[in-house]
Amino acid sequence: MDSTALAAVLQEAAPGAAIEPAPTADLHTTIYVSADDLPAVAQALRDRPDLAFDFLAEITAADYWPRQPRYEVVYVLVSIANRLRLRVKVRLPADDPHVATVCRIWPAANWLEREVWDLFGIAFDGHPDPRRLLMPEDWDGFPLRKDYPVQIRKTPNAGQPLQVTEEEFRQNVMKDRLTRG
Amino acid sequence: MGLESELPDIPIITTTVEQVVNWARRSSIWPVTFGLACCAIEMMAMSCSRYDVARFGAEVFRGSPRQSDLMIVAGRLSRKMAPALRRIYDQMPEPKWVISMGACASVGGVFDNYAIVQGVDQIVPVDVYVPGCPPRPESLIYGIVQLQRKIDQQKLRAVKHA
Repeated sequence: MDSTALAAVLQEAAPGAAIEPAPTADLHTTIYVSADDLPAVAQALRDRPDLAFDFLAEITAADYWPRQPRYEVVYVLVSIANRLRLRVKVRLPADDPHVATVCRIWPAANWLEREVWDLFGIAFDGHPDPRRLLMPEDWDGFPLRKDYPVQIRKTPNAGQPLQVTEEEFRQNVMKDRLTRG
Repeated sequence: MGLESELPDIPIITTTVEQVVNWARRSSIWPVTFGLACCAIEMMAMSCSRYDVARFGAEVFRGSPRQSDLMIVAGRLSRKMAPALRRIYDQMPEPKWVISMGACASVGGVFDNYAIVQGVDQIVPVDVYVPGCPPRPESLIYGIVQLQRKIDQQKLRAVKHA
């Protein structure tokens, strides 16, 4: 199924959604979807038997700075039953980029969306666990953005060694003995 | 046959406590099993039969920092890993030593970016730096021998407390 045919099927499944097929150099079927229509389109992609994209292989993003709209979130889907692969792209603006989560449609999206948030700063509305995935929890900034200073110098946080008094040490030993019985 | 043939009639040798202690310490430097990247492969090669660091008494890689004397930082240290490295170092009993193995551990190497600590001496005190990318096992053995010389010169009263 090429991108034009697929867009037609999807248009029927999600009426009113802004879906456009996109030409690609690698002949990978690709469609653009507007951010607002993504939940409805994703639901249709998974649930329609003639599509049945039940496997979310990857979520990634691209930063096209200084172009507008700046970001594109890319979902790579696989339909095992129908032997189809599909790339869904969502364009997002530079100011406050956010898109609805697809965690409830494909649970695999959980960590993938956390990774995109971590590295690009694209928020996923309704995500059940919106924490950073790869960078340290207290990190400042989003490293894969084009305007991120790669060769910055920061003082590494090594953590402080645990200091206990003799009294606390004995209490810990006693507590340990008691829990072991 | 060996040493005993050199002994005088009365089997006594005189020495200092310092020399005996330093001899014991340098002859069994047990490293903690701790590899961060490709340098760890060379570190493993060093401990295997071909290069056989057992000749220098440092072949027993301990699985617990509490049984170790030496930490070989083998590979690039990411900022997220830095607290873990420091924690392992803090758990090692004194006296303890650190070898910074390879360009990445020493100065950041090719990874001049936000994610990598530019030299582990920002996290733990380093005794010997071994250059190379990665250093060959011979280089690391040379680093261990240099560390042995350093331990030999240690004064008992002046053991460091980092």
